[in-house]
Amino acid sequence: MYQYDGLDQALVEQRVAEFRDQTRRYLAGQLSEDEFRSLRLRNGLYIQRHAPMFRISIPYGLFSSQQLRKLGEIARKYDRGYAHFTTRTNLQLNWPKLPEVPDILAELASVQMHAIQTSGNSVRNVTADHMAGIAKDEVDDPRPYCEILRQWAALHPEFTYLPRKFKFAVTGSDFDRAASLVHDVALHLKRDAQGNIGFQVFVGGGLGRQPIIAQLIREFLPLPDLLGYCEAILRVYNRYGRRDNINKARIKVLVKALGPERFREEVEKEFEASRASAPVLDAAEVDRVRAFFAPPPYEGDLTETDAAAGRELQFQAWYRYNTREHKIAGYRAVYVALKTHGQNPGDITSEQMKAVADLADRVSFGLIRATHNQNLMLADVRQSDLYEVWQQLRELNLAVPNIGTLTDLIACPGLDLCSLANAETFRVVRQIQARFNDLDYLYDLGNIEIKMSGCMNGCGHHHVGHIGILGVDKHGESWYQLTLGGSVNGHRTALGEVIGPSIPLSEVALTIERIVETYRSIREDGEEFIDTYRRVGIGPFKEGVYASHPAAA
Amino acid sequence: MRHILRRREGIEALVVPFAEFLGNPAKWRAYDGPLGVLVGPTDKVEDLARDIARLSLVVVDFPTFNDGRGYSQARILRTRLHFQGELRATGVVKQDHLFFMARCGFDSFELAPGENVEEATRALRRFTVNYQQQRFSAWVTRYP
Repeated sequence: MYQYDGLDQALVEQRVAEFRDQTRRYLAGQLSEDEFRSLRLRNGLYIQRHAPMFRISIPYGLFSSQQLRKLGEIARKYDRGYAHFTTRTNLQLNWPKLPEVPDILAELASVQMHAIQTSGNSVRNVTADHMAGIAKDEVDDPRPYCEILRQWAALHPEFTYLPRKFKFAVTGSDFDRAASLVHDVALHLKRDAQGNIGFQVFVGGGLGRQPIIAQLIREFLPLPDLLGYCEAILRVYNRYGRRDNINKARIKVLVKALGPERFREEVEKEFEASRASAPVLDAAEVDRVRAFFAPPPYEGDLTETDAAAGRELQFQAWYRYNTREHKIAGYRAVYVALKTHGQNPGDITSEQMKAVADLADRVSFGLIRATHNQNLMLADVRQSDLYEVWQQLRELNLAVPNIGTLTDLIACPGLDLCSLANAETFRVVRQIQARFNDLDYLYDLGNIEIKMSGCMNGCGHHHVGHIGILGVDKHGESWYQLTLGGSVNGHRTALGEVIGPSIPLSEVALTIERIVETYRSIREDGEEFIDTYRRVGIGPFKEGVYASHPAAA
Repeated sequence: MRHILRRREGIEALVVPFAEFLGNPAKWRAYDGPLGVLVGPTDKVEDLARDIARLSLVVVDFPTFNDGRGYSQARILRTRLHFQGELRATGVVKQDHLFFMARCGFDSFELAPGENVEEATRALRRFTVNYQQQRFSAWVTRYP
């Protein structure tokens, strides 16, 4: 993974000093609430329902065992001994104390980490495919380009006060595992006829109040132009994006207002006009960064075996659901499941963090990945180590074999912790976990992605869940609006369709059961839930949920 | 009188609003003396291209703490219009902005009322490093 040099280290340390000073001025009454708000957000600090919430950046979801150990220590020392992985592969602390945040930042800087631009109206953490570098279907590893974008965007003087937040995702495979098309900019790695690396550029995706799928504006952007072109996109947005209404300030609103074609023309015009002064990504810098992402020293003479053969059924289930194919023979990628029943999706304790770090050191080259589905991954595990890894993860309560099934669901923290939320999410999670606790039933249902948000801001990606759950406030109570047919992984990104009137908290799991029972009754042989939905549309599901149960309406 | 923090020798110039300047080109081209233009966040600074050599001063207004449009205007003035005169930030200009403004090409800063001049001067030197100029070529920040 990338290692800081003197420049990187000086920058994060000076940033810590700056924020320490800003916090001091705020506490001394020298900075107004509004001004400090803008400054603390771009250092990851929110003031939430009960306490500050602090968001730590994990660039493109990759971190080391040393960093994970430090994160565990920080959660114990400054918080309540646990933390929460988000859909943008960041880590959130829910109960830090404001005056201590500069100290947390200093501890992060000691292990080459930071919270720069994890919030605020700035360029956020750049995300990537969690299978980067190990997927068979990859054009190129996206992570070096993510790191380059991270550096370019960090404290970019022109784009520090954008109209609104701005998110990049980069993928190297045709099969999208990064939810890329719901980002402000999606970059898809491609090669031209001569084999040169470049990017397909999509702009204006996003969820929230106005969910939109990103539009293609450039078929092939040559690598040297990457930063110059991104600068042109951001400059057009910075100048012409709306600043009068926070709900209309994302770039997707500008792209929609101009139309993708006109927006593309504006960007191309800006790019041409600024060529002489635009940053150029030279080959030496690309090579320097790429070298950090060279493959780890795999054992070259391993053969592909069936690690599950002859083992107990529980291990076989875990092997099947919680490990993935690796491009190197004899290796598998292993999910560390943060979806154990009774647990909030993405939550992890300090003890678990330390233990996973130790495990990564022993079996996966000391590296860990965070996924946008709120799990972790040990990406490079020898097949011969899998059984031992399973046993250890099971002891840690991190081996529930449900990845890709209905209970591997995404949820934001909701009303329990977030001051934006309209509805609870954790009690709904518990309810779903309790109702769907039979693994054989889950396996029979196949791949079903549930995504839940506690408000229309959509941090839980509800619009693109096969089953989306949106929390709404109804006379002070948590109610839920369900959507069907959204998708974000693979070859098709689609927004879900509302199935009908919202339902009270007590009926969410029951309603989901009616939906999946409808699917079971009409599916064709081997047909996944999303394919059945695409074949029959929402009608039969509406019928299944509402018509035969008028009380729900 | 608000304090103007300068990184170059100051200029006494008559400052004319952007619309007035572009609305009466003959009048202002005939004006005999140092001239400046006051630019608001929605003004298209590219329109100054024809007269840019004539201007001694461009003042860019930041109406709120979080309005970022002036940063793009500054970079266009410096890198595309090759403006060599004094580029001054006015409006809500606080110490927390200065490092970023300077790197976009501002070289004078009309500080918001109540800003501590010593702290502001120090804030300009808060970062000794940056990525954009040091890692990626073609970034221009210093002007004569």
